[in-house]
Amino acid sequence: MAEVERAGLTGRGGAGYPTARKLAAVAAGHGPVVVANGTEGEPASAKDKALMTRSPHLVLDGAVLAAEMVGAREAVIVVHPAARAIIGEAVAERARVRFDRVRMKVRTAADRFVAGEASAVVHWIERGVPAPRASPPRVSERGLRGAPTLVQNVETLAHLALIARYGAAWFRSVGTPDEPGSMLVTVLGAVREPVCAEIAIGTPIGQALEAAGGRSAPLQALLLGGYFGDWVSAAVAMDRPFSSAGLADLGAGPGAGVIAALPAGACGLKETARVVRYLAGESAGQCGPCRFGLDAIAGQVERLAHGRGADPGLLQRWLGQVDGRGGCAHPTGVVRLIRSSLRIFDAELRQHAMGWCCGTASVLPVPPGRSR
Amino acid sequence: MTAGTGQAAVRLRVDLIACDGRGLCAEALPELITLDDWGFPIFADRAVPPRLLADARETARACPKLALWLDRGQPARRADGPAAQ
Repeated sequence: MAEVERAGLTGRGGAGYPTARKLAAVAAGHGPVVVANGTEGEPASAKDKALMTRSPHLVLDGAVLAAEMVGAREAVIVVHPAARAIIGEAVAERARVRFDRVRMKVRTAADRFVAGEASAVVHWIERGVPAPRASPPRVSERGLRGAPTLVQNVETLAHLALIARYGAAWFRSVGTPDEPGSMLVTVLGAVREPVCAEIAIGTPIGQALEAAGGRSAPLQALLLGGYFGDWVSAAVAMDRPFSSAGLADLGAGPGAGVIAALPAGACGLKETARVVRYLAGESAGQCGPCRFGLDAIAGQVERLAHGRGADPGLLQRWLGQVDGRGGCAHPTGVVRLIRSSLRIFDAELRQHAMGWCCGTASVLPVPPGRSR
Repeated sequence: MTAGTGQAAVRLRVDLIACDGRGLCAEALPELITLDDWGFPIFADRAVPPRLLADARETARACPKLALWLDRGQPARRADGPAAQ
């Protein structure tokens, strides 16, 4: 536990919470449980699937280790359908040779955006409902079947296993002093070979794009972090370190490690409108402001994107009304994405208002629509 | 309950998962509660001033979904979010 704290490992699911603190909180409770979160409901991210497919045992090592550290006898591995078979096989291999003292169960994750939120993962395992629950209690206090529950992203668990093998000093040998270690990133969009790669935290963004063969067209903007992330100008961001500190003044952060490149010929407003419509449909529908507000907001963003009589004042009013309200961070994340798009695609906004649109393209992946 | 000074203010809380947007609270306590464009409560100020304490308690009791309550400066609930202006 002290070694994890020395390493300075933080959660790799997007929120970046210090892992040692979470471990300590759960260890303090009675009869804890561990949940390895490999839900990866974010359509732009593929790093957890890649990790679970290529190194299933590393993730399981981390889950077992976390269980031993907090005193849990059971670990539930919640895995995206794409990695279900491989993880299932790896768990079976270990069970055959009685490799672990910790009992492991595998559950296929719900294929929904909000399903990866910690309380939603617990809700899904317990009742098959992929929707967040009211907090408090936090899942670390009262989670799965009322037990203190450690819900940890699978990449975080893999880092944990590596720290156990090689130590905190090794872990800190890359990254920055304040944000040590490496992280997995998904690089997509206008790059030659979209890829999942491991980079040192603080690697310049331009260099991270090189991992994907470099840009395939002139770039205008990058979406950083994921669909709860932020648009930044490509010219400004290219030399920036991919870290919280390196991106803070741009209002951005590494989030879940997504770097999506928008080519100069694409329309950032249209991209945003498509993603926002998707995210509105992914609301769990439990909280009014999210359920009704995001739908209304998505309509306004679509109007902006297609130059059809949007009401910017109304949009601002609604963004203010849903920001920070709800049982989880879903509405807040959507507001963040939209606000960054209004900041970065300012010129397009003016063109669209005059009834002239630049480009079309569908760079950002959005799963086919569904009704809830 | 601790007596004397240093006591945290009484604050309004809402569980937006439980809330159905009936809107009773905004009618009963317009000094502190308004509704967003879809009928869900927004707090003008989370802290309840002493002169409104009795009204706030009554309002919380009247919520048909038991989604509204008062507490004393506990950590912020996520289901609640920051108060809107």
